[in-house]
Parts: sequence; C-alpha cells; structure tokens
Amino acid sequence: MRIALFVACYNDTLFPRTGIAVTSVLERLGHTVEFPMQQTCCGQMHYNTGYHNEALPLLRQFVETFRHAEAVCVPSASCVAMMREHYELMAQKENDEILLADVRALLPRIYEFSELLVDCLGLEDVGAYFPYKVTYHPSCHSLRMLHVADKPLRLLRKVKGLELIELANREQCCGFGGTFAVKNPDVSAAMLKEKTTAVEGTGASICAALDNSCLMQIWGGLHREGSPIRTMHLAEILAETEATQ
Amino acid sequence: MSESGTARAEILRRIRTKLPPQTESAAASYARVPREYTQCGSLDHEAMIDLLIDRLVDYDSDVLRVPKGGDVSGAVAGLLAKKGETRLIVPPQVDPAWVPAGLDLLPDTPPLKTDAIEGAQAVLTPCEVAVASTGTIILKHGPVQGRRVLTLLPDHHICIVREDQVVESVPEAFARLTGTGDAPLTTISGPSATADIEMTRIRGVHGPRRLSVILIGL
Amino acid sequence: MSVRVGKTATAPAFPVAAKKAMQDDQLRRNVHHATSVIRGKRELRVAEMPDWQRLRDAGHAIKDHTLLYLDHYLEMFERNCERAGGKVHWARDADEANAIAIQLIQRYGGTEAGGIEAIKVKTMTSDEVQMNPALEAAGIHPYETDLADMIVQMGEDQPSHIVVPALHKNRHQIREIFIKKMELDSLGDQPADLADAARVYLREKFLRVKIGISGANYAIAETGAVCVVESEGNGRMCLTMPDVLITLIGIEKVIPTFRDLDTFLQLLPRSATGERMNPYNSLWTGVHPGDGPQAFHVILLDNGRTELLENERERETLDCIRCGACLNACPVYRETGGHAYGSIYSGPIGAILSPQLQSMEHSRSLPYASSLCGACYEVCPVKINIPETLIHLRGRVVRENQETFLGSIAPENLGMQLAAHLFTHPDEYEMAQSLAAIGQKPLMRGDLIGPLPGLLGGWTKFRDLAPIPSQSFRDWWKSREKQQHKEAR
Repeated sequence: MRIALFVACYNDTLFPRTGIAVTSVLERLGHTVEFPMQQTCCGQMHYNTGYHNEALPLLRQFVETFRHAEAVCVPSASCVAMMREHYELMAQKENDEILLADVRALLPRIYEFSELLVDCLGLEDVGAYFPYKVTYHPSCHSLRMLHVADKPLRLLRKVKGLELIELANREQCCGFGGTFAVKNPDVSAAMLKEKTTAVEGTGASICAALDNSCLMQIWGGLHREGSPIRTMHLAEILAETEATQ
Repeated sequence: MSESGTARAEILRRIRTKLPPQTESAAASYARVPREYTQCGSLDHEAMIDLLIDRLVDYDSDVLRVPKGGDVSGAVAGLLAKKGETRLIVPPQVDPAWVPAGLDLLPDTPPLKTDAIEGAQAVLTPCEVAVASTGTIILKHGPVQGRRVLTLLPDHHICIVREDQVVESVPEAFARLTGTGDAPLTTISGPSATADIEMTRIRGVHGPRRLSVILIGL
Repeated sequence: MSVRVGKTATAPAFPVAAKKAMQDDQLRRNVHHATSVIRGKRELRVAEMPDWQRLRDAGHAIKDHTLLYLDHYLEMFERNCERAGGKVHWARDADEANAIAIQLIQRYGGTEAGGIEAIKVKTMTSDEVQMNPALEAAGIHPYETDLADMIVQMGEDQPSHIVVPALHKNRHQIREIFIKKMELDSLGDQPADLADAARVYLREKFLRVKIGISGANYAIAETGAVCVVESEGNGRMCLTMPDVLITLIGIEKVIPTFRDLDTFLQLLPRSATGERMNPYNSLWTGVHPGDGPQAFHVILLDNGRTELLENERERETLDCIRCGACLNACPVYRETGGHAYGSIYSGPIGAILSPQLQSMEHSRSLPYASSLCGACYEVCPVKINIPETLIHLRGRVVRENQETFLGSIAPENLGMQLAAHLFTHPDEYEMAQSLAAIGQKPLMRGDLIGPLPGLLGGWTKFRDLAPIPSQSFRDWWKSREKQQHKEAR
C-alpha cells in the first residue's frame, strides 16, 4: 500500500524521531511511505485557540496536499480529531461546496497511526521487540474523539518482551490542552502533577501515548522532578526490533 | 400595557426574532423526538418485586410483605411498635381495615392543624404507583393518599403498596400517571437524605426519617 | 437591560482566580474528595442503564425541539398554569425578576415588624439574579433551606458547585459557621450532628414563615405543572407549608409534556448525585385547594437567554439541566473548585454559559479555562458539546480582540498570524525551522531550554523543555532521499 505520511508540524520540528519510526514500521511491513513536502500544519492550534479565519487556509493546504493519497497516516491523534471534528464544519461555514466535497472525500482515508495498523492493515503484531516496562497514557483526543479504545494497547501487548503496566486514573487529561498549557499554566501544572504522580506510581521506565504533545507535557513534568522515566510515541516502540536493540 | 405585559411581549418578540423560522408544526416536530430507550421492563412479577425490595432496602427503607387478604393492620402495628409510636395520621379515605386498634388515631377529617400533624409520630397512606428499578413510590395527593403535608411532617411514613401497582421502569410509571388529573404528585425514594457535608449520606434531614413499605400480594 | 450572572461583574480573569484558589490546600482536598465520590457513584449508576446513550439522545432531542418552539411552549405553560390558579409573570432581566418578587412578597407579607421573612429552596436562578441581596435591601429576610445553600448563606460565601454548592467546606468549617450563626453553645462535628442542627433550626421556620421561594427543574407546558427535584425534604417544606409560593424559572426550563419527565427523571439523578432516583420530586399544578400554598406565582426569566437562541451552537447551551456532571468530570474544575470561575455557574457549563449570558463582557477568559479534554461532553446527560462551544466562543473572543488596536498588536495575535503565514508557505516554514534550531542557542541552559519570556514562560515555569533537534523530520527525509538516489545511481 502507498501510505502518505502527514507527520504534523510539531512532530516535524520537535519530534522527528516519531516520523522516522512511523516510516520504519510501515516500510518493515512492506508498505511504501510518501512524504509530500508541501505539508505543514492541520490548523489545530489556530482553530482551538479561536483563530478560525487563520485556520481555514491550513485546511485548504492540507486537502490540496493529500487529495490523491491512497491512505494518510497521522501519528498524532489530536490532529486527526481536528480533521474529523472540524474540517467539514469549517467548509460548511465558508459555504464552500467544493471544499466540503473534497473534505468528505478525503476524511475516510485519514488514519491515526494505531488505527492504520489495526483497522486499515488488520494488524496487532508488527514484529516489535522492546524489553521494558511501559505504561500507556490514553490522550484525551484519541480516547474521546477518535475512540481508539484499546487499539494501542492491543498493539503494545503484542510487542515481545514488553511489560505493560496499567496507569492509575489513566483517562484523566495530562493538562496539556494546546495553548491552555501557557494560558493557564498553574492549572495545567496541577493537572500535570497528578499525571506524573500516576506515571511514577507504575514503576514503568517508559510512558507511551499517541500524541507527542501530551508526552512533551508529561516529559516536561517528569524531567523537572528529576524522574528518569522516558516518554515515547507508540510508533517509536513499535519500530524497535531485536535487531535494533 | 402593564410592566409585566410589556416584558411578556418583549420576551416573546425576542424569541421569535432570534429563532429560525420553522416549517413544520410543533406537534409534528415533537413526534420526531427519538425515544428508543427502554419503555417497558422485562422481569417477571416475582423478580420485579424482589428488585423493588432490594432497591427500597438499599435506600434504608423497611419492607414487609403481606399476602392478599393478609393482616395489614398487624403489619402496621408491628412497624409502629418498633419505636413505640402511637399517634398515627390517616388520610380521610384510607381503608379502615389497615388501621390497627388501640392507637391515638388522627384522621385528617376535618383537616388537621399543622401543630397536630407536627405532633404525630407516623402517617399511613397507600400510593399510586411504585417503580421497582429505582425503589420509588409515587403519591398522588388527595383524600386517599392524603394532603402533601401529612406525609411530610411526621417522622415515620408507612406506605401500603399493592403489588399490582408496581412497575419496573420509570417510563411505565409515567405512562400510568399520564392523564390522571392535576393532583399534586410526590415521588419518594427512601427517606429524606443529604450528602452535602463531605459526601457523607445522612438520612432524615427535613422529611420523614423513616420510610416503611408494606407490599400486599396479588 | 441589566443581564447579570451572580457577581461576575467584579470577578478577576480565570487564570488569576485559579492561581489564588489553588493556594488553598483545604479547598483543593475538599473539592477533590467530593468530585471523586460523586464521579464514582455516577459511573456505577450509569453503568446500570444499558439504554443510557438512547436516553441521552432523547433528552437532547426534547430540549432541542423545545427551544425551537420556545414561544409556543411558554405560552402554553402560561395558559395551563393560570387555568389551574397560578399567576405567571415575565421578567426580562435580573432587576425585573427581583422587583416582581419583592412586590409580591410585600403584597402578601404586609408590614411585619422587623421585616418579612421568606423560606427558599435551592434555586440557581435566584443566585443568578442575586435575589437574596435584593430582598435584604427591601427589608425581606430570605432563609436558604438546602443544607449546602444554608452553609453558603451563613458563611457569607459563594456557591462553588451547581449541585453541592458547599462542597468546598469540610465538617469542621461548617461546624464553626453553624455555632456562630445559630448561636449554639455546643455542636458535634459529625455530619449527622450538623444535619440535625439544621433540622432543628429550620423546622421552626418551615412551620412559621408564610412565603416560600423556589426554582424549578421543569415547567410542563402541556399541564402547567412545575417539578422540583431534591433530596432533603426542604423542597417539599418550602413548596407545601407557606401560604404563598413564588417560583422563579428560566425560560429554558419549560418542557413540552408530562411524559418528557420520564426521560429527564432518569437522566438527572444519576448524573447529578449518582442516585437511581433522588429522594423527592414534587410536582404541582397551580393552586390545590386545601393542600399547600393558596397563592402561586411564577416568574419566567429571560436575563440574556434569548440572545443564545439564534445560533445553533449557542442555543444548545440552554439544554442544560443543571446536573453538575461536567463539573465533577472536569480536570480543571477539580483543581480549582468553582469560585475561580467568578460566576455561580462554574465548571465547563459555567465556562460556556456565563460568557454567553453576559455577552462576553466580564468573562472572556472563561472559554479558555479548559484543556478541551472532552470529559464534560462525555458525561453530559443531554449531550451538550461543551468543547465545541468553548472553541466557538474562543473564536468570538479572538475576533473581538482583533477588532481593537491593542488586541491586534498583542503578541498572541502577531504570533498566530506569523505561524499561519509560515504554515501556508512551506519554504519559509522550513527556513523558520532551521532558524529556530540555531536561534534557540542563547536560550539554552545546559541540555534544556531555559526560562522563556512572555506567554511561553508559562511553559518553562513548571516544565522542562528539550531543545529543537538540529534535524527536522523533513530534513531527515530529504537526506534519506538523496542517499537513496545516490545508491540507485
């Protein structure tokens, strides 16, 4: 299958290792990965902060870039949530019938990374090996908007050597929330504190998620507290094999 | 136009100006409201009665079962005797056969004064319908089930429920109550309670502190 | 017009108020405990209902329908209530509602020495219009009778939750308030002791005071009946014992038919307190001869509600049945408690309701008081999409800001404009990535980014931040392609 990667602007800039891992997993599975260079951002930061007019050109650019893709893989649940929850609405508000039709045609071909593996490719065991204790934080958008349910856990359970440890109160938000983290830093930090306490309580050495945005928040809190626990995107764990270890 | 009349006209005008115009009648639109939730229960009679008892006990209510034609007044007497209660209020049209002898009976005919009601220890009423799934009894206030105040001030409410008055679900109860007139209704699920202080459930704040239910068999 | 939601006019912005609230460890412990308990109970009771989602669909649809025909149902309610002996008044705003209430109380209460007294059962709407201070100013003494409302009133406090307004106080704090205000010599500190004290204190008032004031959970158009949902029996007292009853109802509380109650009486108790059914629901229709108040007045309140009807997204806010489930589920509320929202409507629903009722004036920070985690939407019994509404309101705040000169040159707006420009110009975006990786050098402290200035300082104050990697993903991709190209040749 030819899979177009929309890596997401913050992964592109801050977490290139995630895009590399996605590429590695998909190519290992025998698929062709494409990376259209015109891609930038899905518009979520602008839209969720209230800059709706500014988000619209980003939607148009996304649609232009990916309109011919067979499947689009997005290693960021919140970006996919942005597309599914808002793209149609934004096109409707613009009264742009053509854009709306384009969005409707494209949306069914967009997959969050774990969705792509489980739903589209029908896989749970991707041949990964990762001999560490891992806990999983279900990011809010993956949980309540994409309803990925236990898909990431099913993938993690099939990783050889990996010990999956349940995170207490796992469905509670980590406090990131995009610009919320800087507009309400005190509240965000208090929410983060609950999350890092729960993560530390697991005894895991890795905290995984489908969103590097949440992981940036969680790592930021853990590292400030001097915790050695690392954070990894699910793709980075699935990219590990006995050969890479 | 009076001040309130002006306000009325203005509020209605604002509503009509703001709302998008509707193409269908209110009744037609209302008919399309989806009500796909459970309308009728599925338990058999005994299981339903067991559920009601379970729920009532869960709400700290006393429950007694009496077979049809059984000794209701004896059951009432037993419930009163637990705390040595003797001053019992009965609404005007309560079945006299339910009332034990030898009590300081307070019939609400003519209507009792508030201090007399306040001075009573217990009140005996039937109900209109009972809901098993929620442990709720519903009173339809009038000469049979009493004025609202009668079941409010005394500390102990004894309610007689015929088993044919029990339904499983809330929708079934409302279906039975629909179109039965304008009498006030009170739904009662266990004794008065609060959890306002540290989420600790305390029973008996202002309403009756004890609720006893006597179930009369089919 | 003076649309008012509590005392919000003087409230500080959310981040400021939240910071202050979070310094109170006792408050945070109390709020955490209370919300955790209710959340747990709610989950248990909702799990019992296999048809829960279908009930939510029905609740949402009934509310949506009613609002689209609001004028029709309000007039129908008025007709049927008056046919049964009630009298319906209409109030455009807070002052008008209070004036009607005062006029009625003075008409029935005459001129008692020391002022007229009234007993009140929990009504958020009366808090919204600040009825108690208005009554006091007119020489009328209102007594709150819901245990939590009484604690708030006696403590000269503000409600911090829609359903359990005093959840921020623990038993010791409540005991202190009761000893002082009830003039008691001694009082135990067990919750039962405190409830007993309230029972004794209020019983005398229930038996004596002639005027009752209530809110309503539902006003039924078809029959003219009004429904009050409660637990303690204080509601039944206030609705039954006085000679005169005045009920203040927001216009959005009307529902079409009696049968609709079966939907809402399943949704509300399980969502609000995690009970299968709350101890008491009272329904009455106008005046019932020989039973209860013999004069009954309804005040239908607008107070900004009609402004929400035009836009579909905003209109949905009026679906709210005030269960408080979104507060208990909200991770932000759980950290800050209700006072930080500067309104009697706190938590997620407050964050969308207050700014809309008040046309954003005093509460522009509220739509941002959320991480958009969606927990509120998930638990809302009538499916109000609160996150979506927060985003909609943020859009309004941004547009209003951009229309002012200061707003347009604010760092946030400039930053967002720059980002939007870069995101639509991939070449410049790529260049910016490289520049940022180089430009961050002076900000580095060891392996990390040091304290950042301005808005971003909010990040580095509480969290560590790793530097931008020297190679972006697209750089990696390009170099890989180059490599593959080379190998292919």
